[in-house]
Amino acid sequence: MKTLTTVEALRAALWHEMRRDRRVILLGEDIGVYGGAFGVTRGLLDEFGPERVINTPISEMSFTGAAIGAALAGLRPVVEIMFMDFITLAMDPLVNWAAKLRYVYDRACPLVVRTPAGGGRGYGPTHSQCFESWFFHVPGLWIAVPSTPADAAGLLRTAIRTENPVLFVEHKRLYGRKGGVSDRLPPVPFGSARIVRKGKDLTLAAWSWMVAEAEEAAQRLAEEGIEAEVLDLRTLVPLDLERLAESVRRTHRLMIVEEGVRSGGAAAEVAARVGESVFEYLDAPIQRVTTPEIPIPASPSLERAAIPNSERIVREAFRLMREFS
Amino acid sequence: MRSRRELYLRLWLIRLFEQKVENLFAKGVLHGTTHTAIGQEAAAVGACSALGPRDVVLSTHRGHGHLIARGGDPCRMMAELFGRETGYSRGRGGSQMMADPSIGFWGSNGITGGGLPIAVGAALAFRLRKERRVALCFFGDGAANQGMFHESLNMAGLWKLPVLFLCENNGYAMSTPTAAASAVPAIAVKAAAYGMPGVTVDGNDLFAVFRAVSEARRRALRGEGPTLIECRTYRLSGHSRGDPRSYRTRAEEAAWRRRDPLRRFRAELKRQGEWDEATERAVRREAARRIAEAIRYARRSPFPDHEAMEKGVFA
Ligand SMILES: Cc1ncc(C[n+]2csc(CCOP(=O)(O)OP(=O)(O)O)c2C)c(N)n1
Ligand SMILES: [Mg+2]
Repeated sequence: MKTLTTVEALRAALWHEMRRDRRVILLGEDIGVYGGAFGVTRGLLDEFGPERVINTPISEMSFTGAAIGAALAGLRPVVEIMFMDFITLAMDPLVNWAAKLRYVYDRACPLVVRTPAGGGRGYGPTHSQCFESWFFHVPGLWIAVPSTPADAAGLLRTAIRTENPVLFVEHKRLYGRKGGVSDRLPPVPFGSARIVRKGKDLTLAAWSWMVAEAEEAAQRLAEEGIEAEVLDLRTLVPLDLERLAESVRRTHRLMIVEEGVRSGGAAAEVAARVGESVFEYLDAPIQRVTTPEIPIPASPSLERAAIPNSERIVREAFRLMREFS
Repeated sequence: MRSRRELYLRLWLIRLFEQKVENLFAKGVLHGTTHTAIGQEAAAVGACSALGPRDVVLSTHRGHGHLIARGGDPCRMMAELFGRETGYSRGRGGSQMMADPSIGFWGSNGITGGGLPIAVGAALAFRLRKERRVALCFFGDGAANQGMFHESLNMAGLWKLPVLFLCENNGYAMSTPTAAASAVPAIAVKAAAYGMPGVTVDGNDLFAVFRAVSEARRRALRGEGPTLIECRTYRLSGHSRGDPRSYRTRAEEAAWRRRDPLRRFRAELKRQGEWDEATERAVRREAARRIAEAIRYARRSPFPDHEAMEKGVFA
């Protein structure tokens, strides 16, 4: 066991997979000498050379498309989109190629698209967004949304090994966060949620950075005598509905915390599925804590008010417990 | 053309604004990130001073200089960086999203190449409405590798639209040298594929930029279509806050510092006998005064009201 930041854990996972499998290549803007905008690929150019760590022009649409072509031709590309906000430019190859290849042609597409998402750093409306919900709507893509260094490394290793195209969401606020990671960086399976904290009064389901906020909220709620169970979904596709339903059957209340905006968010889909499967166990309507329907403002004071945090989760949890006790 | 003194003042306003911004970020007063344009002032001021009052400008992630060059208010810019209600975007946009439609500045933007098609559309509207105006879009060498660049130039060339594509080729896109990202690292030659002239000028020579943009604008207004102008320049600062600049040498930076556009402009004024110490001191003093005033203004301004945070998403 050692302590690593998420950046170090991701880098270690890339390093191990590149050592293990010569077919793994990296593509992205400024991932070479610069090591990527957040330093995840730092040092990999020296280790693996420019044939496998490929610095691309600023051409998101076409280097993502090219990665799909390379995957079809036998490589296992890992693409970095510098900010998730720019994935808009790579939507077409991901949605109309990568996600269709298995179903239509029965072909493998071993592609990983890594991308930093989320706000909280004052980067403004076009550098702070969470778009995983859009891809939730596209059958054929796996979606990883890790919340710890160990899961980031473990899920990335699985992502690189699967034959499915994977959207791999890395929250910017997680990058500097430290956590324990086993020396051998064990792969983590997709579709398996993790119980972060046990509780009996309500379930807080979250992913990515929001797990940290939910954990902090649960701590505070515990001081007030409310035992919240915190569930980290870890992947949205496949979704571990079983563990979620099992938790709700015990706690009878579900609050889903999502950093993305409310309408059409992933939380809405999760809520619907839980409602469909364990409605009779619920003592309260399923709640969502999300960003309101606005672009993420740059001003730190507005951004803090817009993005869900532990205080808001605590407040909402109190309200829920009060109204439906 | 504006008076020489006014041009010189704008160069200094940009320089001091950007230095101050870097300083405020380094001290932790400002948060988030920012891209400054130190070393690229002449391209901004040269291009904007060749435009008419009804023309429009589309900018980039490195847009502070463009906005000041167009006549933007440093107070409202600084307030935006401070996240205040009095900022250009009421604190919502930050460093990369400021606009001032009243002076024909339709906005900086955080998506590399994102302004290009918008400028094409503005020019299309000018044409359809029979207005004698042009749209000018600033973009970088890195942006020229986006699909949007090629698609935009093609449409503009095809429809002979009154749009000026102004590339600030500063040699790098973040850490990537132009030649490491473009199969043909000269930008201007790409114009040939889209049926428009491509010209290359010394981007640190304000007068050269002014002449090229003036000529392109006359051409556009005559209905002869777009021009691609490549300004060769250099950003003396890092790409963004905290850039260690490990991808280039200090010697290269020093060589470009000798070609500092402000120095160049001063040398030109001297040569023309239009410069003296008194003017120099007065211009610098005025620029410093206005930037100090901008910071005072920003600090005094209120933060945006949380109650109104959800308002304004729709008309
Ligand atoms: C679509 C998109 N991709 C990547 C980025 C990240 N990014 C911001 S500026 C930049 C470099 C742009 O280079 P260039 O166009 O030459 O402009 P310069 O920074 O040199 O002024 C990059 C890669 C972005 N903002 N938008
Ligand atoms: Mg550049």
